[in-house]
Amino acid sequence: MTDLPHPSQSSSSSSSTVIRTDGLTKVYGRVTAVDDVMLDVRAGDIYGFLGANGSGKTTTVRCLLGLVLPTSGSIELFGQAMPKRASSVLPRVGALVEGPAAYGHLSGRANLEMYDASGRAPSGPMGGGRRGRRHRAEEALSLVGLSAVGARPVRAYSLGMRQRLGLAAALMRRPDLLVLDEPTNGLDPQGIREIRELLLQLHAAGTTVFLSSHLLAEVEQLCTRIGLLDRGRLVLEEQLDVLRAPTGRTVVETVDVERAAELLGPAVEAREGERLLVRCDDPAAVNARLVGALVRVRQLGPERRTLEDVIDEHTRARAAEEVPT
Amino acid sequence: MKGVELVKLFGRRRTWVALLLLNLLPTVVAGTLAWTGIAPQPGSGPAFLSAVLADGSLFAIAALAIVLPLFLPIAISVVAGEAVAGEAQAGTLRYLLIRPVGRTRLLLRKLGAVVAFVLVAVLSVAGVGYVVGRLLLGRAPASGTLISLSGSTLTPADIAWRTAVAIAYVTVSMLGVAAMALFLSTLTDSPQAASLGAMAFLIGSSLLLTVDAARPLQPFLPTRYWLSFVDLYRDPVLWSNIERGVALQLVYLGVLLTAAWANFVTRDVTS
Repeated sequence: MTDLPHPSQSSSSSSSTVIRTDGLTKVYGRVTAVDDVMLDVRAGDIYGFLGANGSGKTTTVRCLLGLVLPTSGSIELFGQAMPKRASSVLPRVGALVEGPAAYGHLSGRANLEMYDASGRAPSGPMGGGRRGRRHRAEEALSLVGLSAVGARPVRAYSLGMRQRLGLAAALMRRPDLLVLDEPTNGLDPQGIREIRELLLQLHAAGTTVFLSSHLLAEVEQLCTRIGLLDRGRLVLEEQLDVLRAPTGRTVVETVDVERAAELLGPAVEAREGERLLVRCDDPAAVNARLVGALVRVRQLGPERRTLEDVIDEHTRARAAEEVPT
Repeated sequence: MKGVELVKLFGRRRTWVALLLLNLLPTVVAGTLAWTGIAPQPGSGPAFLSAVLADGSLFAIAALAIVLPLFLPIAISVVAGEAVAGEAQAGTLRYLLIRPVGRTRLLLRKLGAVVAFVLVAVLSVAGVGYVVGRLLLGRAPASGTLISLSGSTLTPADIAWRTAVAIAYVTVSMLGVAAMALFLSTLTDSPQAASLGAMAFLIGSSLLLTVDAARPLQPFLPTRYWLSFVDLYRDPVLWSNIERGVALQLVYLGVLLTAAWANFVTRDVTS
């Protein structure tokens, strides 16, 4: 991994919309894969696009990139309609869709150079056609930590190395928007950490990241906003720190459960073993009261919902709504 | 950038293996002819084989006649069937499209590479046939004359232009095969299915040509006029079937390429 030279900062302001879909719907035969989805991804987001397997994430991503044509609804990337304006929008986008792909008989470097050669040469700092190509490939390889194996045929790459190569191809032209579908698939923990750091680095340099994943931990550590897809519908779209804001309750863990419960009285809303949930948004006050009464507190803090709780709640609500047919 | 697809196609070992195998069969035939000196009776066996013992340079056209019914269309079906479906199967199609390469442009590039392969295949068979014929068969000087199928004598200049036209005619016939395989290649994500589909189409066509009851269909079958290039070696040239053959192939080309384009630009890429 090397440092990022000259970031490609998009000219758009920090609050402008990068991805917007309106009523995006895709029907395959009798199956509605994506149902009336309204996405709103803003410049500077690391947007976590969550959903179970088969919830329509990949179909949505393919629609965004113009690979799958929506049945109805509209898509805008950087304010321009897709797939109509694909030729002017997609040069600003780098993507990894449903796993990497490369020609097995060619080396990683040759794959990147061929990929670069198959489209128009980029403009800007990374510009230049044939002359800049070798340099761009080399830089992309070092960015993802593949320099040492760049000359080996892709056939001999491990799944993790292929994943990195796919990422290198997506990064090669310094996109303003990165669309990544399960980018850490097949990577070992060390690799996952490296990719996470790389994404944070790119984000700091001004890249908007749209990360589709079913790994909650990954999204929770990385993302600033969340979209949750459940059976084709977008059931939640919110800032992560709003979702994970304190719930207004304080969690107390103590060995003297009985005494603590007595002391706090009706403020105790729930009790699970040595754990009390107290209706009070000031943990310091609770702590002072308990310690003042010599209750031995083991742990104490504001209650925060985990992403898992939030997601459970939203998908369950939907399940209950459904009328069995 | 136009060269990318050519680099891809000719940078691949299997392309060269196909060309090698394509040239192997006529070479083997030339070898056995040279060794035994037994030529088929005039009018039987592949066209021109009876004449090559006298003039080896005629083996250029004889070699084409040998690979035309089966070997050449198979090689072309495989390469053209690979064009789009091969990228789909490898997963690289989606990355090409988001590079971005416009769908029409990508299809045109693929068509360009396939046409290049057809040209290389036809010319290499003719060229290798000429060299092998000169080396192994009739040592008559290249300026020797040929008794035309009509019985008169053709001058070397006659033979030269007729052979050039024959090569062009075979190329056009093979482009029909390429268009069929390319169309199927946009329909499926399996290159094997596209290649086999194109071959099935040709085998079906050849079979119907042997069935009398299918006579009303026969003028429209793609393989109907394939061997009509033999008419170029009559004196005077019998143009009628050659003209029909070219017209028929152009119709197939137009229809199949339009269908390939219409399908490819409107389809969901889910591979």
